[in-house]
Amino acid sequence: MSNMNQAMVQKYRSDFLKEVEANVEEGHWVKMCMQCGVCSGSCPLGPYWEHPPQELFMMIRAGKREEVLSTESMWMCTSCYNCMARCPRGLPITHIMHGLASYAKRLGLSPKRQVTEQFGQMFWDSIVKNGRVNELKIGVGLYFKDGIAQGIKNAMAGRELGMAMMKSKRLSPMEYFGGHKCKDTSGIAKMLKKAEEFEAEHIAKFGE
Amino acid sequence: MAKKEFYSFYPGCSSQSKASADNFLRSSNAMCDALDIKLKEIDDWNCCGASIGYAGGSEIPRLSLSARNIALSQQQHGNADIVAPCAACWISTREAKERVEHSPKASQGVNAALSEIGLKVEANAMPEARHMVEVLIEDIGLDTIANGISKPLEGIKIAGYVGCQTNRPFGIAGESYENPVYLDHMIEACGAKAVDNYEKKVSCCSGALMFSEPEKGHALVKEIIEAAYDGGADMIVTPCQLCQMNVESYQRNINKTFGTKFNIPVVYYTQLIAVAYGKSSQEAALDGQMIRASKLEDIANK
Repeated sequence: MSNMNQAMVQKYRSDFLKEVEANVEEGHWVKMCMQCGVCSGSCPLGPYWEHPPQELFMMIRAGKREEVLSTESMWMCTSCYNCMARCPRGLPITHIMHGLASYAKRLGLSPKRQVTEQFGQMFWDSIVKNGRVNELKIGVGLYFKDGIAQGIKNAMAGRELGMAMMKSKRLSPMEYFGGHKCKDTSGIAKMLKKAEEFEAEHIAKFGE
Repeated sequence: MAKKEFYSFYPGCSSQSKASADNFLRSSNAMCDALDIKLKEIDDWNCCGASIGYAGGSEIPRLSLSARNIALSQQQHGNADIVAPCAACWISTREAKERVEHSPKASQGVNAALSEIGLKVEANAMPEARHMVEVLIEDIGLDTIANGISKPLEGIKIAGYVGCQTNRPFGIAGESYENPVYLDHMIEACGAKAVDNYEKKVSCCSGALMFSEPEKGHALVKEIIEAAYDGGADMIVTPCQLCQMNVESYQRNINKTFGTKFNIPVVYYTQLIAVAYGKSSQEAALDGQMIRASKLEDIANK
């Protein structure tokens, strides 16, 4: 390990909790975790987390920056709020998990080709563009995210459901050619751009 | 509390015409007609960002979305309560309101964004953000609802599946997170029988991860359905649009994977109330079910 690298690792080790407190949504709560583990035990996808929330909180305090920001764990959150409802100390755990995932992504450290991350980005892009989510387009987008061949395979596998949804009038093929959207899409885009600028300015530059 | 003159209504993306909860919207309209609840839609409302919006939007952009809805509601409908029938819309709106009230960063950031489109939100001056079931329970009352039914849903046993976000983090006042009972009471108010001790009533359906992690999602839903069958349920009822979709529409896939023989209807509380108040099958949007709720249709068609 180079001296420079070592020096940087040292710097992060001592500062990572502060970095999280400053830059991660609701990050100022992390130090309040008392390591009881109720969150980890309450998670419906608990077994799939490389590091469950309780462990992430301890790792943040131990300065394990790389491991925390590059883990797939936070993307396992279904937003069920069970951890948050049960936390004896009232940590808004769900929000912290979303905040960590979002921060890791901003720094380019989140795992590549994470499927919930990809789907969530499509979902967000649909909002930015239309003000509302186009269910058909994000569904088709998810099918075809790994190319045409895989997409056709996925679409064939999902066609029974698609047909059932159309039959019950809960999906319209016309959504693909426009569909539901807000009137003031340009205003929404302007608002979101400003909001993102504010967020970016707010993020202190710890890791550089 | 008494019923308000009208409510500022925010249906959400899934409850639009021919979207995945089209059957919710139609049955909700029928229910509101039966109970004389007046809704005025917020003109040009936008998506709340829901659970997975964080993949693309950080804190301030996401809060701005709900803040825009709050500001539009105030502009159009004064301080009327904002009513969302979708759990994600409801908690996002309420979260945005609370964050603006408690976090200087949020208040400053959100208002900087809103000023781009000539809107603003002020701490302690925003309308209430409420769930549709709160209106039923708190403003109308389940006893009043029970007294008005014309076609009791006799002979139907129903598992009340509350799900996650209608129940957490806010939930309904006076109800416990672990064993809320209002949905059971709503079932009984309609003259049906609620499954006793339905242990999966607040378990997670996997939410948006059903699309990105289907195998994990199917395993969660399998347990929710199994417990309903174990309780002798003819159907499942839920207040949540995503729960409805996830629990109803993947039963074939689950059967293939696990060798089960699931074929249980999953309806909305609005459909129960609409039918119990004498609305037709079509008005109650029972034609919007992928697994038809035939016992409910029989009563509606009587």
